[in-house]
Amino acid sequence: MDNGRIDQIIDKHESAASSLIQVLLEIQSENHWLPREALTRVSERLDVPLTRVQHIATFYKAFSLVPKGRHAVHICTGTACHVRGAQRVLDAVQETAGIKPGETDLEMRFSLETVNCLGCCALGPVMEINGKTYGKISPAETAAVLQKYE
Amino acid sequence: MPRIKSPEQLEKVRQEVLSRRDPGKPCISICAGTGCLAFGAAEVIAAFKAELEEQGLEAEVDTKGTGCPGFCERGPLLVIYPEEICYLQVKPEDVPEIVSQTIKEKKVIERLLYVEPATAKTALRESDIPFYKHQERLIICDNIRIDSKSIDDYLAIGGYTALAQVLFQMTPEQVLEEIKKANLRGRGGGGFPAGRKWEGSRNAPDPIKYVVVNADEGDPGAFMDRALLEGNPHSILEGLIIGAYTIGSHEGYIYVRQEYPLAVENINLAIRQAEAYGFLGENILGSGFDFSVKVHQGAGAFVCGESTALMTALEGRAGEPRPKYIRSNIKGLWEKPTVLNNVETWANVPLIINKGADWFRQFGTEGSKGTKVFSLVGKIVNTGLVEIAMGMTLRDIIYKIGGGIPGEKKFKAVQTGGPSGGCLPEGLLDLQVGFDELSKAGSMMGSGGMIVLDEDTCMVDVARYFLDFLTDESCGKCVPCREGVRQMLKILTNITQGKGKEDDIALLEELAEVAKAAALCALGQTAPNPFLSTLQYFREEYEAHIKEKRCPALSCKELIVFYIDPEKCNACMTCLKKCPAEAISGGKNKIHVIDQEKCTKCRTCFEVCPPRFRAVKIVSGEPVPPPIPEEARTIARGSKKNE
Repeated sequence: MDNGRIDQIIDKHESAASSLIQVLLEIQSENHWLPREALTRVSERLDVPLTRVQHIATFYKAFSLVPKGRHAVHICTGTACHVRGAQRVLDAVQETAGIKPGETDLEMRFSLETVNCLGCCALGPVMEINGKTYGKISPAETAAVLQKYE
Repeated sequence: MPRIKSPEQLEKVRQEVLSRRDPGKPCISICAGTGCLAFGAAEVIAAFKAELEEQGLEAEVDTKGTGCPGFCERGPLLVIYPEEICYLQVKPEDVPEIVSQTIKEKKVIERLLYVEPATAKTALRESDIPFYKHQERLIICDNIRIDSKSIDDYLAIGGYTALAQVLFQMTPEQVLEEIKKANLRGRGGGGFPAGRKWEGSRNAPDPIKYVVVNADEGDPGAFMDRALLEGNPHSILEGLIIGAYTIGSHEGYIYVRQEYPLAVENINLAIRQAEAYGFLGENILGSGFDFSVKVHQGAGAFVCGESTALMTALEGRAGEPRPKYIRSNIKGLWEKPTVLNNVETWANVPLIINKGADWFRQFGTEGSKGTKVFSLVGKIVNTGLVEIAMGMTLRDIIYKIGGGIPGEKKFKAVQTGGPSGGCLPEGLLDLQVGFDELSKAGSMMGSGGMIVLDEDTCMVDVARYFLDFLTDESCGKCVPCREGVRQMLKILTNITQGKGKEDDIALLEELAEVAKAAALCALGQTAPNPFLSTLQYFREEYEAHIKEKRCPALSCKELIVFYIDPEKCNACMTCLKKCPAEAISGGKNKIHVIDQEKCTKCRTCFEVCPPRFRAVKIVSGEPVPPPIPEEARTIARGSKKNE
């Protein structure tokens, strides 16, 4: 992501220091992660110390400081899914993908995350890949689903 | 659209909207809430559009994607007006039949109706379905009636009348008195009286004041606020503008989590529409009152649901709470008086103004007036959003509305109040739902998550689950929460892994006491609740884990072993083929055996073993029987033929 685009986003928010989180959110949503150069640029333009930008980027869950894989795998671990066996689904996905929540595999194929509630509790336990929902999934079915994503 | 400049003009616009509509014209309202979308509602909507076009009926039939009406269990669902026929679990394949039968021929398709399990009777309308029948739907009922992206739809059902009434017929003091009289209490968890909060801000000397909508709905298993934001965003805006007028604020914020993209989209759209119509901006409806509102997206931090942390986040900083020596309605956002209320609280405001405090007070108990929306989830037949008059018993909610526990399992507990709440056992099922009633029982109202647990749920694990969540979400500012809750989690994890020690319970109680008394904000102060309430009502489960290394619910992975009963195994190969770890050996006529070294305890074998055999057993707290000798494993089929 080049500085020109970052500047555009900052300009949209009138370079206000209070819009730091909103600016970072927009960069994150376009670029899927926050490279160091982007953080430096934001720090300069909003006149906010880099340490504070880093604080925000690590405090909030929406931000990633490392590149993400091609496919975002979300396992819902909200309470309703938890009592319906989300942990076993998560275990199975970890086993297949070889990564833990928060990690991306070496081939950059999957990034695995747990999420707190996707709001479709009637479908629990739920796995979501790139926004597509796989509901009432059993641990044994996860491997076949993951296989569909190259 | 030119801005509306007077209440008379608003009525004229409303009449125009209504005159363009024919109440007899068929309209198909399809739920496009997150739950139904996950079930494939988008495909159903697309199929309707295509089918109506093919039949040349686009001009004669309206279709609407609406907000969530609550019956998520049977999604995708739709209602056909004017007959109000409610179809459930609709698939794209059903669409041509619905158009040709119901729309054209006015015939009802029986198989898409709700069938009452006990009597096999069908229900034609929403109001005939027991799930809806026992509810008191004041807030959420409009969701299915309006297109969530259309301000005209909101005007058609009387939207913004309360705002016009407040601006032209009531003084701020009168509005305040009405809200106080209604005894509207905060729906976000604390239950603080909204009127008192507003009054404090109104009386604060600082001329700059703010109003904020807390839409940082973070409790896992709760999605009421999202349904309102997605389905009826104008009702929240209208409440907010009324609040701003009452306290004398000219600027407001809506803090909504970025995890709710549709809610962000719909509320942003609603703001733009309200600005265009003259409900926001300068000189609202020609009254001379100015008010503008901005949306701030939360970046994923549970603690930001806490009012002071949310305000810190709005200022562009890390959302850490601060001590409340001075309440935020006196000194809040940018150190100015700030009224922060939850989505559902704001949505109640126009209703109270329109119908009056006396009308509102007829619902609910002495201390808790009005209704409350709950998300009824977990081990329950009818998962979904339910709105009930306060004072209904837990039993009625779970059995009459929720339809009880699926799979003939036994009810164990209901968890309310999210991670700050607690678990209530069967003995308390007749408890009336209300702010004070739930707190007294060791739980709390919270924002409205209601998670039903059955006999397969381990209560120690539930406590561990919530403390794990809170450890992760603790902002780290104060020691009792950052370190204390973490230690509690460690001890609870040890107990669920069979490493619990005799004095663990006492140590946990001590840590709980410190966190309750000394943590900075509500997150830390209430963090011990899941532990304390499960200990209070399910102490024997803790003791079984610690003393006997046994999990009574057969759920904790480290304390259970899967075992195939050779007497019952029919060597049907089902579990053997399905086992993802290839831990089961055997053959066509050879009794299956689980290799305990390889078993990952994923429960697949237990779930797939045919019910007529039920050969897979879960053992806890006792040794596993040794595998049967190799020579005894062959089944002679002839002798088993008649079994």
